[in-house]
Amino acid sequence: MKKLNTLHSTAIPLPIENIDTDQIIPARFLKATNKSGFGENLFRDWRYNKDGSENEDFILNNEDYSGEILVAGNNFGCGSSREHAAWALEDYGFRVIISSYFADIFKGNALNNGILPIQVSKEVLNQILHEVDNDPKTLLTVDLENQELKVESTGISTAFEIDSYKKMCLLNGYDDIDFLLSKKEKIEAFEASRTLG
Amino acid sequence: MKKTLFDKVWDSHVVDTVPDGPQILYIDKHLIHEVTSPQAFAELEERNIPLFRKEQVVATADHNVPTKDQHLPIQDLLSKKQVEMLSENCEKHGVTLYGLGHPYQGIVHVMAPELGITQPGMTMVCGDSHTSTHGAFGTIAFGIGTSQVAQVFASQCLLLSKPKSMRITVNGKLKKNVLPKDVILYIIAKLGTNSGTGYFVEYAGDVFENMSMEGRMTVCNMSIEMGARGGMIAPDQTTFDYVKGREFAPKGEEFDKKVAYWKTLPTDEGAEFDLEYEFDAADIDPIITYGTNPGMGMGITESIPEQDDPTFRKSLEYMGLKQGEQLLGKKINYVFIGSCTNSRIEDFKIAASYIRGKQKAPNVNALIVPGSQQVARQIKEEGLQEIFEAAGFEIRQSGCSACLGMNEDKIPAGEYCVSTSNRNFEGRQGQGARTILASPLVAAATAVNGSIVDISAEVETTEFAS
Ligand code: SF4
Repeated sequence: MKKLNTLHSTAIPLPIENIDTDQIIPARFLKATNKSGFGENLFRDWRYNKDGSENEDFILNNEDYSGEILVAGNNFGCGSSREHAAWALEDYGFRVIISSYFADIFKGNALNNGILPIQVSKEVLNQILHEVDNDPKTLLTVDLENQELKVESTGISTAFEIDSYKKMCLLNGYDDIDFLLSKKEKIEAFEASRTLG
Repeated sequence: MKKTLFDKVWDSHVVDTVPDGPQILYIDKHLIHEVTSPQAFAELEERNIPLFRKEQVVATADHNVPTKDQHLPIQDLLSKKQVEMLSENCEKHGVTLYGLGHPYQGIVHVMAPELGITQPGMTMVCGDSHTSTHGAFGTIAFGIGTSQVAQVFASQCLLLSKPKSMRITVNGKLKKNVLPKDVILYIIAKLGTNSGTGYFVEYAGDVFENMSMEGRMTVCNMSIEMGARGGMIAPDQTTFDYVKGREFAPKGEEFDKKVAYWKTLPTDEGAEFDLEYEFDAADIDPIITYGTNPGMGMGITESIPEQDDPTFRKSLEYMGLKQGEQLLGKKINYVFIGSCTNSRIEDFKIAASYIRGKQKAPNVNALIVPGSQQVARQIKEEGLQEIFEAAGFEIRQSGCSACLGMNEDKIPAGEYCVSTSNRNFEGRQGQGARTILASPLVAAATAVNGSIVDISAEVETTEFAS
């Protein structure tokens, strides 16, 4: 897993609510048996028209906008547990997703792939969306160590929550498997001690 | 301390607690399928980690399999590769596989309960969000991502923070032709699609107590559609009777011992929940959805609400529907009865009870997809096949099918499909397809009439149901 500490980047606004994992990566692209290449089909059905041409109205096709941060509407990542959604976002180049709400499974999947989901209040989300929308050059700073998100030009600054264990993982690029394997003895002792449950 | 059903099962599976961090939760049963497991097996191999407890893993092929001619090689090469890779991986790691053609094969959330793999008081996971289905047995069951599939492979454990608890109580008597699917669609429409995020739900009250196991599974299945990781119903005599005698259920004295334990699981009187909701069964009508998330549901005779909101407008635009419009009489060309929500034998009995002696409308393509090989056999043995075939329905072999359209069972762009599945997201059933979620009874009635009809005005058709 890639480490993450501080990130300065422009952002891409996607002010749609309830973006589900079927939109992030449609089911027909889940036939792959490895993790790479999903970025090509990120938001596939919004990004391309039926004839395969680019949908000019979709933000990822707007050359003015770029960056490693996606700013999305409320309740991002609901629906299927497919980790392919996180792989697609990561493969496309996103390291941080900002929204006012994240679905549980998606949040875990993102963190397990080195993507930081930052939950902010609806007001702050709207402010950020507004700024980014108005000026694609708007620079955001994510400081994971200090759990702080800033919009440089405006002085918007907000703290965000993250589980301290997950923060440690992200800062160091560790994953849960390493940790669980280090607990093998405890796990075996637990198994041996069970009666009915 | 007074404990909830969830507390009891969770607490008895905690191996350790990371100071200021998550807990290590032990997983009893791990179900896997072809779509979300290959990258997890690859991870093990890359890191040279053995599969820790292969006896606790069960595999099946369901998401990406054809529902026609399953005895022939799979036509789609990518699908074929994925299904073959599952077989190879299972063989290599010693995992039991109920693959294509096996008499136990089926949608993972249909086959595991019917084989008695799912039992009360367990912890179960699967790389699929509808793993919540198994909560119907008083089991902590939830969907996980592929990284977590690899974690369970490696350690039979997961690192998790304990979710908050919510209880949803529904008391009273359901109106005629209102099915478990309507109950859960109603709850989601009332509470919204992210109301359950961060929570584990317990469904309580006499509506659930009086429900069959199949109905309880339908309800728990859709817990994830309100954002909850899982939903549970306290195990009771209905649960024990269902489990008893199934292939992998405990037998004899062992079974009695288990039942004695399972009886200790229900929530203690006076235990506290972080959040409680209560609904009255008498308020629930047959529900259909009109939008692109499962929370956009309404009573079948109601009109689409008016709401000035860009996401709402975008959704209706996709569906080709207008605010204030009623869906009664709307012409429908596709009907799908299947998916892990409603493809158990009881669902098909209810559909058949309506269809018996009738014909599907000429404009409708009506697809019946059993959730498992066992259900497919029951459809034959119990005489439902003749009813469906005489009415012009097409019966397929088991799999996820048009629920997510990964195989060739897709709904064409722009067409409406009344579907018994669980998600009406944009493109879920095929690019541009428009999904209307409903109960198997509403789906059957739509197929016969060729349009959406007021099932609440029809004679009671739940005679088959228990
Ligand atoms: S039937 Fe649909 S919801 Fe259920 S497991 Fe299959 S794809 Fe998922």
